[in-house]
Amino acid sequence: MDIIKNKAVVPDEWTILRPAPDEAAERVVVPAGKVIVPLKVWQAQHAGLGSRAELGVWLASDERPEAVQGELEKFAVIAVDFPRFTDGRGYTIAYLLRTRFGYRGELRAIGDVLRDQLFYMQRVGFDAFVPRADKDIHDALKGLGDFSEVYQASADRELPLFRRVQREAWLA
Amino acid sequence: MYRYDQIDHQIAAERVAQYGDQVRRRLSGELAEDEFRILRLQNGLYMQVHAYMLRIAVPYGLINSAQMRKFAQIARKYDRGYGHFTTRQNIQFNWLKLEDTPDILAELATVGLHCNQTSGNCMRNITSDEYAGVARDEIVDPRPYAEMLRQWTTFHPEFAYLPRKFKFAISGGEQDRAAIAVHDIGLSVVRNPQGEVGFRVLVGGGLGRTPMLGTEICGFVPWQHVMTYVESIVRVYNQHGRRDNLYKARIKILVKALGIEEFRRQVEAEWQHSKDGPGTLTQAELDRVAAHFTAPAYATLPPHDAGVAELQAENKAFANWLQRNVKPHKIPGYAAVVLSLKKTGVAPGDATAQQIDAAAELADRFSFGELRISHMQNLVLADVKKSDLIALWEAATAHGMATPNINLLTDMICCPGGDFCALANARSIPLAKAIAERFDRLDFLHDIGDIELNMSGCMNACGHNSVGHIGVLGVDKDGSEWYQVSIGGAQGNDAAIGKVIGRAFSFQQVPEAIERLLQVYVRERLAGERFIDTVRRIGHEPFKEFVYATPIAENESLNGEAYALLPKGVSYDTPFYSPRF
Ligand code: SF4
Repeated sequence: MDIIKNKAVVPDEWTILRPAPDEAAERVVVPAGKVIVPLKVWQAQHAGLGSRAELGVWLASDERPEAVQGELEKFAVIAVDFPRFTDGRGYTIAYLLRTRFGYRGELRAIGDVLRDQLFYMQRVGFDAFVPRADKDIHDALKGLGDFSEVYQASADRELPLFRRVQREAWLA
Repeated sequence: MYRYDQIDHQIAAERVAQYGDQVRRRLSGELAEDEFRILRLQNGLYMQVHAYMLRIAVPYGLINSAQMRKFAQIARKYDRGYGHFTTRQNIQFNWLKLEDTPDILAELATVGLHCNQTSGNCMRNITSDEYAGVARDEIVDPRPYAEMLRQWTTFHPEFAYLPRKFKFAISGGEQDRAAIAVHDIGLSVVRNPQGEVGFRVLVGGGLGRTPMLGTEICGFVPWQHVMTYVESIVRVYNQHGRRDNLYKARIKILVKALGIEEFRRQVEAEWQHSKDGPGTLTQAELDRVAAHFTAPAYATLPPHDAGVAELQAENKAFANWLQRNVKPHKIPGYAAVVLSLKKTGVAPGDATAQQIDAAAELADRFSFGELRISHMQNLVLADVKKSDLIALWEAATAHGMATPNINLLTDMICCPGGDFCALANARSIPLAKAIAERFDRLDFLHDIGDIELNMSGCMNACGHNSVGHIGVLGVDKDGSEWYQVSIGGAQGNDAAIGKVIGRAFSFQQVPEAIERLLQVYVRERLAGERFIDTVRRIGHEPFKEFVYATPIAENESLNGEAYALLPKGVSYDTPFYSPRF
């Protein structure tokens, strides 16, 4: 499957594990290979999963980034799920992972991920995107270039515009 | 006022391109309506009963004549020759085609205007005091802060998909004229005992289904820290605000559920991470932005004008206008003038293209080329020489914008209601018209004096009904339109939420119910007491009792009292425009 990573469409080998909601986390079978497991499965199967060479974890929008705060180095990928693109909690989760908890690895947006949100997602720290399956990934990629300048600081820019740039003064 | 620099222009241009492409993809079917809907709402584009409505931002209500003229052009070219000014100091056009909106956006950008975040669950356009910079009671001019806040909120990546809409209001006077208590965040500029400038921050105010006044979360945030402080509030809200129920999603519900102490604790804890960080405002940035809001080149003038005094003595109409529509100014010899958009028979806040052009012309002639949109849905020329008042009055009269009714009963706030809005339970514009016609007697209106009548067609309360001295709210009972009437609401320093007086009225009964409320006021008032003061002093009971004492006939047309006789043959059968009814 292809994903967008570092502003390019690239092949990807990770599988996102989405067990049925009623399945007990400790009983979910995690296949071998590159798997991104739900936070609950990671928490329930810590011992077994912790020894894997490569592991990813994904957070639901109502889960807290603090849950993985002390163990960020264990993950090759952290993904954040957008159940609906209008659920904006994932933006703050990403922002906190990057700026507050210092996560440097791949941060992937999954779920209802659409072209018109990609620019904002990139700003808060996502560097990988899995656009919704029915959308053209090359079209979605264009969303990353919507703006060339921004006002605020975020995960992508440590400084707000007014500290980065000498803006023109207005002389009446 | 603020002028775009190269960067602002570039961001605006990129936004026009982005939006144009979104519309293109919608029209080609690449974007489904439920995906596009959220995008168009963030651009202020609603699908209404008849057509698309576009809400254009007028940041903190300040606008120049070139921008005004652009509105007139849009009204002529794309709409039906008029626009509607709103309580959030914006303008709306009601009769647009989706295909035209990218061009409209491009035209707006040429004069530094946009529709960014005028709707949707994001940080909305910021509102402020229409007398900012000229009010005598001003502590600090709020406009530079409002502009810095505008830039910070514009396309903020983290907060574009909040649980619900999020509104800021900012006020710099001793008197709050920006209704800060009914905003998600209300900021008032204050000075601490050391004379330093900062903000008193209210949080969790809002109208709608559960109207609430904001609660003070911090009494003094130094100005340098205000942006990181509000960012902390919004971040806590974005994470914890309810997303399961549309009616419980505003920040006011979160603040209430947690309690202000706990909410404050969470905000303070969050703030510790960003306080003193790069988001902290700098003196250089404040100076840069404030340089856009320096005082115009005022002349040295005598405080009074003899010609004005003379005409005031001999011309009642002019005297009324002076009394109601001309407001004090901090500079001797100057006044602020309100151009009324509340002429009887016209939907409150509506202005024709000719009027919009005329207002721009008056701004050029008399007020340094600038205007303000007031949250009472009128226009303000903030810097008029007193010696120009007569000429201005004549010109404003010629264009139907000199109705001497500012803060009077007919200076109503009214939402578009059932005639345009797909969410409405009831019509509000025809009711406003019926009420204005019933009380269209200047002596009566002047006798009643300051009063705020606010009307909304549904619970969303765009017409601020819950803070009206008299509030009228359209409700749906068994599929037909009814109106709840409340009294005792207020905005400003003594903000209060009104209480419903009792059973709802039919369309035709509302004017009589208001008439009866006014009769109680006239009977009970003490000298100099406004309607709202009387309500506060004697309570709701006497009003309630009198209004419901005898039934109000459906076709009540005469009541035998000296007030508000209805001309014979007039009925309130205002046509129903809307297919909803
Ligand atoms: S108050 Fe209701 S009817 Fe009026 S404009 Fe707002 S949503 Fe529409």
